Amino acid sequence: MKYLARRFVHGFLLLIGVSLLCFVFSDLAPGGFFDEMKLNPQVSAETIAGIRAQYGIDQPFPVRYLRWVQSVVRGEWGYSFAYNSPVRNLLGTRARNTLILATVATALAWLISVPLGVWLASRAGKWGDRACLAGTSLLTSVPEIVLVLALLGFAVRTHWLPVGGMSSVGSGTVLREKAVDLLLHLVIPTTVLVLASLPILVRHVRSSVIEALKAPFIQAARAHGISQARLLFHYALPAAAKPLISLFGLSVAGLLSGGLLVEVVTGWPGLGPLLLESSMSKDIYVVVGIVMFSTLFMIFGNLLADLLLFVADPRVRAE
Amino acid sequence: MSTDTAAGLARNSALVSTRELSKQYRPAGWFSRNSFAIDALVDVNFEIPRGSVTALIGESGSGKSTLARCLAMLEEPDQGEIYFDGQKITGATARDMALLRPRVQMVFQDSAGALNPRFSAAEIIAEPLRIQKWETGEKLRERACELMKEVGLSPDWADRRPLEFSGGQRQRLGIARAIALRPAFLILDESLSGLDLSTQAQILNLLLDLQAAHSLTYLVISHDIGLVGEVADFIAVMYQGKIVEHGSAERVLNNPREVYTRQLLNSVRVVETAFRAAHAGAGR
Repeated sequence: MKYLARRFVHGFLLLIGVSLLCFVFSDLAPGGFFDEMKLNPQVSAETIAGIRAQYGIDQPFPVRYLRWVQSVVRGEWGYSFAYNSPVRNLLGTRARNTLILATVATALAWLISVPLGVWLASRAGKWGDRACLAGTSLLTSVPEIVLVLALLGFAVRTHWLPVGGMSSVGSGTVLREKAVDLLLHLVIPTTVLVLASLPILVRHVRSSVIEALKAPFIQAARAHGISQARLLFHYALPAAAKPLISLFGLSVAGLLSGGLLVEVVTGWPGLGPLLLESSMSKDIYVVVGIVMFSTLFMIFGNLLADLLLFVADPRVRAE
Repeated sequence: MSTDTAAGLARNSALVSTRELSKQYRPAGWFSRNSFAIDALVDVNFEIPRGSVTALIGESGSGKSTLARCLAMLEEPDQGEIYFDGQKITGATARDMALLRPRVQMVFQDSAGALNPRFSAAEIIAEPLRIQKWETGEKLRERACELMKEVGLSPDWADRRPLEFSGGQRQRLGIARAIALRPAFLILDESLSGLDLSTQAQILNLLLDLQAAHSLTYLVISHDIGLVGEVADFIAVMYQGKIVEHGSAERVLNNPREVYTRQLLNSVRVVETAFRAAHAGAGR
């Protein structure tokens, strides 16, 4: 309990630190959202100054930061100049869309890589293992963007899959039809994200299970005539779980930020395109909001990993 | 012809015997396939009489553990044959192997590592019974507690995990697990090293008691000829993958034929005299 409380305090401090850094960096960056107006001869300097005063961005740094903190407390997370609305309204559906994509992709990647990694570990050095390792090396060296483009090209030519976005125009109002439509739209971005994270996960699972298989108690179980499945999933995998749980925490932490590029290219209406657009136009509160949101997930992921480690390891529990 | 029948006879009287056993280790990798190999076992011919204690002595890397792992069916030799109770192990089908496994059990060197840290003492001891489907449910725990008593551990500790036991107690756990399947042949792979002298003596006594109670045959692997020389009926000395000397303990200890055995014995004596000298000096 004490441990949890300490973790929460740490997380809170981290959030404050990240928000301050965000503010400092966006302050240091040249230009601002309303600078383009200065090029327009029809807009007077007074008008621009008025707008800046209206949004409060003419105030000194500490004042701006404190105002932002106030708006966070109110649950608004700052104000978007471009959308003329509190940032929270923007982030809500965007974050949901990103989470749908990222959760499906991460879950799929883990569901594939754990059994695959265990299987490879059980036959390390044999040709199946070598072929898969070579495959993962190849996959790591192909940039995500190439995978996306290849799949999009494939979809365009075959018309088997919808290209871009999250739903088709006029996809119907029946829930079932909408769900199917969503699933079809998920295929391309999910495939890319899974393929991108698979090599690392598979290699990690494989190597930690190989390490676990060296333990003398595994040899002992072999001498008792244990079945291969029980040996791998009841003995080796739990023994290998520690680094994997930490890795799982990381992949949860990266849920929001991992697929931003893929979202941009496939036109998935998540945080990715929003982040790109708002950084380009210096809509700073949106940028800060998205970064804060990702930080929250980072903290959550690490906390989750720690809790899982606690549950999984009897030695930690005994202490 | 006569040698064949002699070998056949020996095979019947011995519980375990090997014939021309060889095993090589090759470093794994794409390119180093045939570059070089380590000879762990070279044409090993070896017999262990029923009901005896045979000590296998040799320095690290001499192939003792490889031989043990081959006998315990944890590894396949490259060439040669192993017979257990007249039955050929090498090349046996998986099903025959599964039937043989309970009869050959092993106690490992690293007692902490050899016990699954996730399991309780009772679960560890009962695991072979569970794997072999000899017992189920409540009976598993019952048997585990009986075995704990048999090796001198209190059944009250059944729910403790391995790391809560001392080194000697952990080795007792390992022994309890090894005898759970009522094996005929027990391999002790450096099971006494890493324990202090009095614990070694206690465990050795336990092993002798168990041998009498269950008519076990032991193969005791050690680099410490002084320790196992006391209890062994037969001693085999390994050097660079070969058995260089094999005979009754008395004969090997008192009248070693090989230079290498003599060196081993001398090294023990040097340590012993050094120890006594230090002791005498401290006493004065």
